[in-house]
Amino acid sequence: MRTKLQPLTGWGRYPRECCELCRPERYADLRPGHAATIARGQGRSYGDAALNKDGLVVLTERINRVLALDETAGILTVEAGTTLGQILDIIVVRGWFLPVVPGTRYVSVGGAIAADIHGKNHHRDGSFGQHVLEIELIASTGERTVCGPNQFSDAFWATVGGMGLTGIIGTVKLEVMRIPSAYTQVEYRKSGDLDHAFRILTDPEFDDHYSVAWIDCLAGGPDLGRSIIMTAHHAPREELPSVSRSRPFITRAPAGIAIPFDMPGWLLKPTTVKAFNALYYTWHGAKNRPVIIDYQRYFFPLDALRSWNRLYGRRGFLQYQCVLPAATAHAGIKNILEILSGSGCAPFLGVLKRLGPPSSGHLSFPMSGFTLAMDIPMDGASLLATLNRIDEIVLEHRGRVYLAKDARLSPARFRAMYERYPDWLVVKRRLDPMNCFQSSLSRRLEMAP
Amino acid sequence: MNNRGGILVLGASSAMARATSAELAQRGYDLYLAGRDTEELSRIAGDLRLRHGVRVVYGAFDALAMETHADFLRRVITDMGDLNGVILAFGDLGHDRDSRDFPGAGRIIAVNFTGAASILSACANYFEGRKSGFIIAISSVAGDRGRQSNYVYGSAKGALSLFMQGLRNRLHPSHVRVITVKPGFVDTAMTYGMPGMFFVATPEYIGQRIVMALDRRSDIVYLPWFWRYIMLIIRLIPERIFKRLRL
Repeated sequence: MRTKLQPLTGWGRYPRECCELCRPERYADLRPGHAATIARGQGRSYGDAALNKDGLVVLTERINRVLALDETAGILTVEAGTTLGQILDIIVVRGWFLPVVPGTRYVSVGGAIAADIHGKNHHRDGSFGQHVLEIELIASTGERTVCGPNQFSDAFWATVGGMGLTGIIGTVKLEVMRIPSAYTQVEYRKSGDLDHAFRILTDPEFDDHYSVAWIDCLAGGPDLGRSIIMTAHHAPREELPSVSRSRPFITRAPAGIAIPFDMPGWLLKPTTVKAFNALYYTWHGAKNRPVIIDYQRYFFPLDALRSWNRLYGRRGFLQYQCVLPAATAHAGIKNILEILSGSGCAPFLGVLKRLGPPSSGHLSFPMSGFTLAMDIPMDGASLLATLNRIDEIVLEHRGRVYLAKDARLSPARFRAMYERYPDWLVVKRRLDPMNCFQSSLSRRLEMAP
Repeated sequence: MNNRGGILVLGASSAMARATSAELAQRGYDLYLAGRDTEELSRIAGDLRLRHGVRVVYGAFDALAMETHADFLRRVITDMGDLNGVILAFGDLGHDRDSRDFPGAGRIIAVNFTGAASILSACANYFEGRKSGFIIAISSVAGDRGRQSNYVYGSAKGALSLFMQGLRNRLHPSHVRVITVKPGFVDTAMTYGMPGMFFVATPEYIGQRIVMALDRRSDIVYLPWFWRYIMLIIRLIPERIFKRLRL
């Protein structure tokens, strides 16, 4: 297959590396090349997980057929390059939904499994991989093996969260769930500080199917950790306004606008971000009644702003996401926010969320506790130093950093954070003895050398 | 779904064919997908059924096995009950090294022209008797003038365009639409990573425009439209100058 050389980045647009790309269109052509290979779906991991300097990147975007929907059993069969958005376009009108969706519809099924992504319902339903029934895994030899939680389960759990390093994910069978309508009923609650936010997120009385908190990472002093907590569930038909009640699964496609070019680097500075945060806090905090909004607007608000990563200018940004075990999460996150609000970097879009028990994926990110995610404009060495300090705090609290967001973690800290890495390595060496599947991330973290 | 009848798509696993099939299924046409790679066709068929709720069947077809073409078409018609139209989307650019010697060049000509002419003849006879329907063939701007870089492929596509012109003339009294589509560069596996590409169109755009051509009166469709003028200029260059160019 013909290949081409092209500079490539993840969604954070940092780092940028020249990679060799190929783009199969037939399922039979979905296999590794002669060089070290990594599969790439939509390129929505933030750092270097889907980059492969001096190696081959296999684009799966055209291997995106939806093969079957078994409406009796609630099982969907798709190819790994299909995006969650393409799936939702087909299944929502039939009254089904994906059991786990992230904050964007533009991720591929293969990527969702490789990063074992979570959604706003992780505390109830677990991660994406926990709803996958079967994966056809394509090995370095081109041989296809079907694995799942009940067959070749070690290969399956090394692949779920395995960052694409166990093979290319080909065809996938996954569970879908019934929904009463395509709308969600959302409640907004304001919390003045971090203590209050934690109380609301853990209080069963306020809990719902989906819950997440937007957190103002720049507020300091008594306002440290002020948040808007958003809880939601799929709205039953009788809660819909009368116009939608007769067609509960039809929604208007949200009109989107695109960021046409790279914004100037000064756009997202502490002053502008502070102003935005204050506005957001007041605006959403004022909503004191539940609102009904369609699922796209609730789950994927940022998709309305296509290529929003350009807001951060040419230098790009880093997303930092960590999870801390529940027992000490409060103190740890407080500590992290204090460091950030004093550091002069401008974290935009902080998100705080409660996570439930982990999946069996060896390198899966989620664990019982709280996760904090934020986007920070890349401004060179000082930011990297700040994040290194935060890594230390995360480690002290026995937490970990999310690999799908990462571009800078050190190999030693990776090993300390992911204590099941040795188990994963045993399976990786068996599935891929020649270490044919590699990425810039796997080499940076010195995985399977 | 309002059923609009059946359409045969030849070479249905290519990206352009897939996009065209999706557009037709969207309009409610049932489809028969034909090609060599039946594993691939079964995947595309499943996808189209689920997304558009139309009947989609598939079967093996080899452009080079010309002796089978008449039987193949009969089977398709039996299977679909009736056929409203056919879209010929197969083609093979070949490799540079193949086109220098004849066995290789002969194969490129056989796929792009002889094989195409064979199945199109069978289709033409059917639609002529039916007194309605359409035949669409995806040719190429490469068929508008011979250039050193791909004249074997170009001559076969040029011959296909002439063949379609003749069919159009013959079938006009029988009310059969005959449309020649001439795409420029399209972002498919055929062109991926090829140097010197410009004005590259997406397969989805091509698919949409091919189906839109059915609503219009066009006979020869350049896609995107400006290729008509680019090729006009290229055809107007006197041969005495053209032969010196490195195109």
